[in-house]
Amino acid sequence: MTRPLLELRDVSLSFKGVKALNALSFAVDQGEICALIGPNGAGKSSLLNIINGVYRAQAGEVVFAGEPFRRIRPGEAARRGIGRTFQHNALFSRLSVTDNVLAGLIRHSRTRFVEHAFGLPRDRAEERDFQTRAEEVIEHLELSPFRDSVVSTLSYGVQKRVDLARALVGRPSLLLLDEPMAGMNQDEKREMSRFIREANERLGATVVLIEHDIGVVMNLARHVVVLDYGRKIGDGAPEVVRKNPEVIAAYLGAVH
Amino acid sequence: MSSIGSDAASDFIAATPDALWPRVRRALPIAALLAAAFVGAPAVGDDYWFNAILIPFLIMALAGLGLNLLMGYAGQASLGTGAFMATGAYATYNLMLRLPELPLPASLALGGVIAGAVAVVVGLPSLRIKGFYLIATTLAAQFLLEWTFNQYGWFSNYSTSSSISAPRLVFLGYDLSSPVARYLLTLTTATVVTLVAARLVRSQTGRIWTAIRDMDTAAAVIGVPVARGKLTAFFAGGFICGVAGALWAFAYLGTVDARSFDLDRSFQAMFIIIIGGMGSIAGSFIGAAFVVLLPILLSRVAGAAFGGAVDAGQLENLQNVVFGALIIVFLIKEPQGLAALLARLGRRLSSPSRR
Repeated sequence: MTRPLLELRDVSLSFKGVKALNALSFAVDQGEICALIGPNGAGKSSLLNIINGVYRAQAGEVVFAGEPFRRIRPGEAARRGIGRTFQHNALFSRLSVTDNVLAGLIRHSRTRFVEHAFGLPRDRAEERDFQTRAEEVIEHLELSPFRDSVVSTLSYGVQKRVDLARALVGRPSLLLLDEPMAGMNQDEKREMSRFIREANERLGATVVLIEHDIGVVMNLARHVVVLDYGRKIGDGAPEVVRKNPEVIAAYLGAVH
Repeated sequence: MSSIGSDAASDFIAATPDALWPRVRRALPIAALLAAAFVGAPAVGDDYWFNAILIPFLIMALAGLGLNLLMGYAGQASLGTGAFMATGAYATYNLMLRLPELPLPASLALGGVIAGAVAVVVGLPSLRIKGFYLIATTLAAQFLLEWTFNQYGWFSNYSTSSSISAPRLVFLGYDLSSPVARYLLTLTTATVVTLVAARLVRSQTGRIWTAIRDMDTAAAVIGVPVARGKLTAFFAGGFICGVAGALWAFAYLGTVDARSFDLDRSFQAMFIIIIGGMGSIAGSFIGAAFVVLLPILLSRVAGAAFGGAVDAGQLENLQNVVFGALIIVFLIKEPQGLAALLARLGRRLSSPSRR
């Protein structure tokens, strides 16, 4: 039995009286891929935003790597090893792919402004190290042909991969992926699934992802948590969750 | 100084023979430009060129560069450029006055540091607000600082007139008061500052700035130090504008006068980077050339065309009309400015097959 890397205990969040999350609890084990599913507005993105400090939970707590917190600053979450990609593209649109990926390493930096201004030895050594690490991830995610392209000129699917590369380069222990395959065709989804699995298996990142495509989820995840209107209505292995009548009802009910 | 130059010219990637040639080729045009500026211009230029064109061009290019780091790279819009220039000018003046044993470059650099520190204070609200609201706070700083320098006699050494004549420029026993010497002082300062700025924007600091500019919430989430990045941008921008202000007072006007650093100056710097190119070092120089040369060109053309039939006031109005129209055109058609336009032109000329 592995120890949970991430645990949510009775987390509640509301926006102006509207409950987005209602006393939600679940745990994600070290090394697993956990999928959060549920209809639109179920509170999935809000949940990720609490875990990495964009929102503050009104009640309950999050335990990450054994340390509980109610509120964490986004930068602090990143420094503790929580990586994140975004549902809506949040890349640095005017920077190259390499610079976007390098930005994911800034939190590991030990150099300061003056060292950058005059190119002091520590800055040069760090820059070389960062370039190597960024290059590794770029090659790994098959982004080498786009290395020097400005990201706003790239296709949506490639941009999603750059987002993943930017999150992965800092070697997060927990990777939060918010709809990493939204808007992709089947080939692109298969590719993305492969990259996520490799990140999990080879780099050892525990993954929590939000995904609507049930086929992808069943294929990728070992653990599925189902949300509906801020409540947890299913939690377990994919094949178990799939047979849960409440989950089926929620999904059928969500179809218009 | 020479060590900084060679540092910036060689990139941060370890030198390998393969990587050497493209870098040499990239450095060539800059080397040619520097040779022309340092050797060519003093050989052929006359006092009019130095006083009326080259010196103000270089100084405004520096002011544009300072604002460009802040606004073009870090995305923090500011109308405080004039105030930062005034701070640099008054700080350098007081350093020269009260610590005469400091050599000229040290006074200039320290004046810049003081202007940078003031800019950091002015930039503190940027941690909470952005966009138009931030512009409003920098505008407040512009008025407040201008007023402070006029109001308190200490800054101008209790001079009876509001404009004070600058102390003589001397470095290592050489008198730098001739036009060509003032030009070379300005050029050397501009070169050193620009090389450091070019290195900064390509370094991690530059990456922090552009990340904040492009998407500040995502930057915070992935662990980019947003607050520190904004403040270092204010410091760097304030430093460069401060040095530009000191040069404006000492190498160009010969007097220190807060009125020469009013809101118009702030706007001029903003026009320079909008026309030249936001987020481009070269753009600051191109924009400054445009803004400094266009009025001269317009008055020459008008003089030739109408032979004095148009008076100076009309001409100035005409200038404003042309500038206004250009700003609108650039904002709509080419937000990346003349620098991007020229870069595209260059690419097209170098590969005629790919149009």
